[in-house]
Amino acid sequence: MAEIDAGLVEWALDHAKRNGATAAEVLCVSAESLAAGVRLGEVEKLKSSRERRLGIRIFVGQSSANASTAELERSELEPFIAHTVELAKLTAADPWSGLPEAQLHPGAIPELDLDDPAQGILDADRALELARKAEQAALKADPRIRNSEGAEFDSGRYHIIFGNSHGFLGEYTGTSFNLGVAPIAQADGGVMQQGYWYTANRHFGRLEDPEAVGLMAAKRALRRLGSRKIKTTRAPVVFDPDMAASLLRSLAGAASGPSLYKGASFLVDKLGETIAPPTVTIRDDGTIKAGMGSKPFDGEGLLTNRKSLVEKGVLKTYLLDSYSARKLKLAPTGNAARSVGDSPSVSPTNLYLEAGSYSPEEIIGSVERGLYVTELIGFGVNGVTGDYSRGAGGMWIENGELAFPVQEITIAGNLKQMFQSIEMVGSDLKWRSTVISPTLKIAEMMIAGE
Amino acid sequence: MANDLVQPEKFFLNRFGMNGGALEQILGSALEREADYADLYFEYRNAEGLGLEESIVNHTSKSISHGVGVRVCAEDRTGYAYSDEVTVDRMRIAAHAARAVADNRGTPVAPIAVGEQVRRHQLYELESTALEVPLEERARLLRQIDETARAFDPRVRNVMASFSAERKIVMVVNSEGRVAADVQPLCRLNVTVIAEDGKSRQVGTYGGGGRVEWKYFFEGERWKDYTERAARQAIINLDAVDAPAGQMVVVLGPGWPGILLHEAIGHGLEGDFNRKGVSAFSGRIGQRVASELCTVVDDGTIANRRGSLNVDDEGTPTSRTTLIEKGILRGYLQDRLNARLMKMDPTGNGRRESFAHVPMPRMTNTFMLPGEATPEDVIKSVRHGLYAVSFGGGQVDITNGKFVFSASEAYLIEDGKLTAPVKGATLIGNGPDVLTRVSMVANDLELDSGIGTCGKDGQSVPVGVGLPTIKIDGITVGGTRA
Repeated sequence: MAEIDAGLVEWALDHAKRNGATAAEVLCVSAESLAAGVRLGEVEKLKSSRERRLGIRIFVGQSSANASTAELERSELEPFIAHTVELAKLTAADPWSGLPEAQLHPGAIPELDLDDPAQGILDADRALELARKAEQAALKADPRIRNSEGAEFDSGRYHIIFGNSHGFLGEYTGTSFNLGVAPIAQADGGVMQQGYWYTANRHFGRLEDPEAVGLMAAKRALRRLGSRKIKTTRAPVVFDPDMAASLLRSLAGAASGPSLYKGASFLVDKLGETIAPPTVTIRDDGTIKAGMGSKPFDGEGLLTNRKSLVEKGVLKTYLLDSYSARKLKLAPTGNAARSVGDSPSVSPTNLYLEAGSYSPEEIIGSVERGLYVTELIGFGVNGVTGDYSRGAGGMWIENGELAFPVQEITIAGNLKQMFQSIEMVGSDLKWRSTVISPTLKIAEMMIAGE
Repeated sequence: MANDLVQPEKFFLNRFGMNGGALEQILGSALEREADYADLYFEYRNAEGLGLEESIVNHTSKSISHGVGVRVCAEDRTGYAYSDEVTVDRMRIAAHAARAVADNRGTPVAPIAVGEQVRRHQLYELESTALEVPLEERARLLRQIDETARAFDPRVRNVMASFSAERKIVMVVNSEGRVAADVQPLCRLNVTVIAEDGKSRQVGTYGGGGRVEWKYFFEGERWKDYTERAARQAIINLDAVDAPAGQMVVVLGPGWPGILLHEAIGHGLEGDFNRKGVSAFSGRIGQRVASELCTVVDDGTIANRRGSLNVDDEGTPTSRTTLIEKGILRGYLQDRLNARLMKMDPTGNGRRESFAHVPMPRMTNTFMLPGEATPEDVIKSVRHGLYAVSFGGGQVDITNGKFVFSASEAYLIEDGKLTAPVKGATLIGNGPDVLTRVSMVANDLELDSGIGTCGKDGQSVPVGVGLPTIKIDGITVGGTRA
C-alpha cells in the first residue's frame, strides 16, 4: 500500500490542478493506537488499530467539494480526485469560499513538544499493568467499593500532513496517553453510584500516579452515596473545575464564527461588550508546549496563537476560520479545526479561565445555602438563546460546609446572565484537558427538585 | 451500481481478492490460543452529503472508507484489532494482536469450514439508493426547502438544510463457519430554521429519513412537512414564556418523545451492564418497573426504519424483544458475548459504529405499545402541567438510573387546555420508577421520523424510538420559573 508522506500530498495537489482545480487542500492522517482494559483485576479488552486516510478539498473558482478516502494507491486516487473536481463544479459558487490569503501562511512551523518519541505506543502488558494498578487502588479504597466498570489505558500516536495549492506544506506528530478508572460504590441495599477519574498527557512520564487516580475515582463514587433530591429553590451555585470548564465550552461554541454568521448564537453583535465581571479573563492558547489542545498550525495551515477571548469581562474576539472570518469581515484567528474530508470547522485550542484569588474552600465557605455541582448530564444548552437547563448532582452546602450529596435535580438559567453573575473565581486552575477552569461561583440559579 | 450488490457475500471476496481458504486460515490463527470464538468483520462504506446555507448549496462531500476488524473472545475477555488495509497480511497481523487475550495452551484447533450463510431479513430491498440520484436533483430539494421555510413567515431569518446518504456493505465471518452479509442504505434530510423578531432569536429543527429511497421524501410532501415543522417551532418559540421549575404532571406527545424510553429504560437493559451488575435494573427481571399500562419493545425488524437491520453487526438476524410487559421487566438486549456469558440467546442487538469498533449490545427501534385513551382525553385530564412534543438529546447514568432529556417544544396545560408555549427545559427522572407513574397511555403510537443517533462508549449508531401520547404523574421539570 502507498506510504503517506509529503510526496503523496504534493502529488495529490498537483493532480487536482491538472484535472481542473483552481485551488486545493490535502490533509493526510495516519494513526495507531492501543487500548487495554481490565475489570475486577482481569484482562477485559485489548484493542489495537491502524488507520490512514486522505482528505481533499477542491475549488473550481468559488465552488468547492470535500472528499476523503482510505484507498491510497495512486491508481485509485486519480479517478477519486477527478470525480471530486466534477463534484465541485456541480456545487453552487459561494463568494466567501476559498483558501486563506496566501501571505497568512507561516514560513516556519514551531516545535511544540507534542510527541513523546521515546515512549511510542505502550505495549499491552505494560498498559494492562497500569490499568490494573489504578483499579486495584480504587477497589481497596473502601469496603463499599463493590464493583467496577473497569480501568482502561489508551495510548495513541498520530501523524498529520497538510498542504495547499498556495504552497503551504506542514506536518507534525503527536502522542497521547490516557488512564481512566470507574469503580462502583454501594452502601447496604442502596442505590449504586459510579465514580470516574482519569489522567491524560502527551508525555507518558507526566501522567499522574495510577494509585492516585484510582483513589480519586473511589472517593468520587463514595461521596455520591446516599444522594437525595432537594426542594425546588433559587440559590447560589458553585461549579467544580470540570463542570466550570463545560461552561467555557458552551461560551466557545457561541463565540465560533459559523454560529455567529448563521445568527445562531447569543453572542451575535457582542464583540467589545462586557459579558462578565472584570475578574473573568478567558484565554485560548494553541502554542502551549505539550498542551493537549496545542498544534503548530490550524486546519487551514495558519499559525495557532495566544489570545484573550474575554479580557477582564470584555468579549475581545470571536474564534474564526477563514470562511467565517470573511463573512464577518474579520481576520481568521487560527482556530480552524479539521477532520479528514470535511470543510474546516472552528474550535478552541487550549481554552482556560485565568485563576482568581479564592481557594475552593473559601468559595464554598461563602455560601450559606446553595449547591456545589460536581456532575452535569444532558444537552440542555441552547447556543442560540443561551438558555441553560441541565441535570445536575453534587453536594448541598449549608452554612459554608458540604452537608449531603444531591442528585436528580436540574439547574437552570441563561448563559448570558450566568457569566455576568460570576461572583468568585477560584485559584485552583490545573491543566488536565483542552478546556479548563478553576472553581466558579454563580450568584444564583433556579434549582428544580421535588 | 445496484446490480453488483445483489450478493454482498461476494463483494469483499471479489474486491479485495480474498478466498474462503484465506479466511479459514486467519480465523484458525485467531483461535490458536484456545479462544471461544473469533470473527472477521468487513465493511465498505460510501457516503455523500450536501448542505445549504444562506440560500445556496455551498457544501458537498463524499467519503469512501473500508476496513476489517478481527475479534477474539475467550471467556469474558475480548481482543480486537482492525486495519483499513483489507489484505490477508494485515488480517494475519490483526489476528495475532487480537488473540493476545486468550491463554496460550497450544491446543490444536479443529479446522473451520466457512460456508453456511445466515438468512437475513429483507427489510430494505431498495430499487435504488439516494446516492444514485443526480446531485443537482438533491440540491434542488434543498433550495425548495429554503424557499418554503422563508415563505412560511417573514420572521424566518436563516435556513440551514442538509441531506446525507450512505451505503454500507458488511460481511461477518465467524469461527462457527457462518457468513452473514448485508447492504445497508441510510439517508437523512435535516432542516434548521432561525427566526428573529427584534426582541428574541429562536431555532427550530426537524428532519427524517431511514433506509429508504429518494422518493420517500416526496410521498405526501414529507420534505415540506419537515420544513414547516422546523419553521413553526422557531416561530412559536419566539413567544415562549419561561418554563416552570419543579415536579409536575407531564404529557409527552407521540413519536420522538419516545427518547424517554431509550434513556430511562433501554440503556439500563443492555446485556453488558446487567452481566456486570452495574445497571440500576440489574437482577430485576420479573419485577414491576412500570405501570400496568406500559409494554415496551425493541424491534429491529420494522421495514425501512433507521434503527432496523437485516442482521446485526455480528451477523445475528435482528428480532423483536419485549423489554417490559404490562409493567413487568421481561428481557435484556444481547450481543453474542454477553448472551453467552449470561446463558441467554443473542437478540440481534450486537452493533458497532464501524470496523474500527468492538460490537456491544445496543438498541434498534425502541417504543411503547399503544393504549386505549385518546390523546385529547389525556390532555383534558390535566389541571396543571406541561405538554412536551419535541426534544433535543438525552443522557442516562446507567448505574444510579438517573436520566435526562431536553424539551425543545413544549406548552403549558391549564385546566385541560394547551396554553402558552414554554422555553426548552430539561426533564430529569429515575429510570426504574418513572414509568410506574404513567397513568394514561393513548392509542396514537407513532415512531419518530428517522433522526435518532445513539452514543455509547464513544460509538454512534442510528436508532429509532416511538411513543403514544402518555401522561406521567410526576417528573422534575428544570425550568427557571418558581
